[in-house]
Amino acid sequence: MTSPLARRRARLAPLAILLTVGAVLTAFPFVWMLTTSVKPLSESRQYPPQVLPSEVSLASYQRLFEDLDFGRYLLNTVVVVLISFAGLLLMAMAGYGFAKFRFRGKGVMFALVLATMMIPVQVTMIPTYLLLNGAGLTNTLVGIALPALVSAFSIFLFRQFMMTISDELLEAARLDGASEARVFGSIVLPLSRPILAVQAVLTFIAGWNSFLWPLIIANDEEKYTLAVGLSLLNQQLSINPPLQMAGASLMVVPILIIFAVFSRHVVRGFTMSGLK
Amino acid sequence: MIETIPAADAATHRAAQPASAAAARGRSRRGALTPYLFVGPAFALLVVFGIVPILVAAGVSVTDLDLRGLGDTDAVRFIGLDNYRRLFGDGEFWSALGNTGIFIALGVPVIIVGSLAVAIALSQSSSRFFRLLTGFYFLPAITAIVAISLIWGYLLNGQFGLINYVLGLIGVDPVPWLSDPMMAKFSVALVAVWRASGLNIVIFLAALQSIPKEYYEAASLDGAGEWRKIISVTVPLLRFAIFFVTVTTLIGWMQFFDEPYVLTRGGPTGSTTSISLYIYQQGFQFNEFGFASAASLVLFVIIFAVTAIQLRARRLSHD
Repeated sequence: MTSPLARRRARLAPLAILLTVGAVLTAFPFVWMLTTSVKPLSESRQYPPQVLPSEVSLASYQRLFEDLDFGRYLLNTVVVVLISFAGLLLMAMAGYGFAKFRFRGKGVMFALVLATMMIPVQVTMIPTYLLLNGAGLTNTLVGIALPALVSAFSIFLFRQFMMTISDELLEAARLDGASEARVFGSIVLPLSRPILAVQAVLTFIAGWNSFLWPLIIANDEEKYTLAVGLSLLNQQLSINPPLQMAGASLMVVPILIIFAVFSRHVVRGFTMSGLK
Repeated sequence: MIETIPAADAATHRAAQPASAAAARGRSRRGALTPYLFVGPAFALLVVFGIVPILVAAGVSVTDLDLRGLGDTDAVRFIGLDNYRRLFGDGEFWSALGNTGIFIALGVPVIIVGSLAVAIALSQSSSRFFRLLTGFYFLPAITAIVAISLIWGYLLNGQFGLINYVLGLIGVDPVPWLSDPMMAKFSVALVAVWRASGLNIVIFLAALQSIPKEYYEAASLDGAGEWRKIISVTVPLLRFAIFFVTVTTLIGWMQFFDEPYVLTRGGPTGSTTSISLYIYQQGFQFNEFGFASAASLVLFVIIFAVTAIQLRARRLSHD
């Protein structure tokens, strides 16, 4: 005689084992990346390969910063991410404008915003390069951040969220003599904290990982981001795996930390961007 | 007396109304600019980087703009539809188009069926352990493609890659994962599937959670087993999520670029050059901006047509 709980457990156990195997296989490449990054060079090309290093060596990380220019790439990446946060404010403003005001041309403007979601980046990349080149912004960090600074989808999400803010509250603040900027800054933004948190995490991840725009816009090594610098290490494959894996870890570990801390926000954000 | 009070009331009311309307109008006139100030900056950026490029691409695609033309606009000539003619006569274009088709055929069904299966399995329990597992499956979706390609390039390396070593243990000869034209297509698609599944799993999980428990209870009362419930309750109710994942996955794979660019640079001998990679190479390696723009517009038309057909098919199946 088995209890329903025990039966349920027994039914779930094989499933849990299968799922665990799948999860370990999915995450294994990251384990391999981390362990290889601290291996001495000779050991990384050893046959048979060892998962765990015999000794921990930080030489590869040291080389990234001393012989190669990864310190600069890291700094450039941080600057690009910071610039993208300015875009976050612009998108919140636009979402508020579309959610809470009636104005001439609103329908057409909103339709245009949504239309940009359907345009593939391959169509825009050459004209965007030509435009930025004309404006003298190629090979600048602003130029790298600019094409992806605002996204139609985030504006849409801000609008959806801000439509739920009560009109009476905003009207009351206006009657008390608050300026429009103040209404936005001290009522709308604080009330939008949940969506801001989600968007901030997504903006960080997108800016940190972005590859295509830095690749196209940055011609000069001075302006490379981590992603572009790392893609140059690609040619080193047969020569120096630990160096490559150290570079990869430098890009991946901050995102893993962000994910561990904000996983709820991240998953919710991606789900929203998926289902709407 | 009694009658005059409402009259007086009405009079003051009548007097008050235009006054307050005027005040409101005054406020709205002062505030008429406000919405534009809020919406304007983001809107302008979207127009410049989202809408204008299409017009520029269309204009550039009928010229012979190249690197020389960037510096000296007088050297740019209008050449009509020559770029399009050249494109349709280019064997590499057709082979890139064919490769993209093969990638889609290899990857899209696996992603949809695989992530649906994993999501249904994960939804069987809401314990902490299952939530932790979800996080693991999601990891590849948020990590940088460049890093991912380096890691997989190392794992798949023909000489000292871990995967060939493990296969060797069970007696399989070394596989030329990235150096054989046919295997390279498969490997690139494999990495893309690994990376894309996490997001779709999470989307399916969210949709699964919105299915009311009563449906399953009713099915149990009717004597349905676990498999029966999945086929007759879960899958039909996930119709919209499945449709959504199919459309977005297909759009994404028609634009397939990252994995082949970083893993193989389109090689060996062009066997992993997708249509997006072809456009990138024409534009930024050969600096043929006019020609590449023509190719990009052709891709746009293909994506638009495929998406429109899917939306139409869905509408028809609903009627």
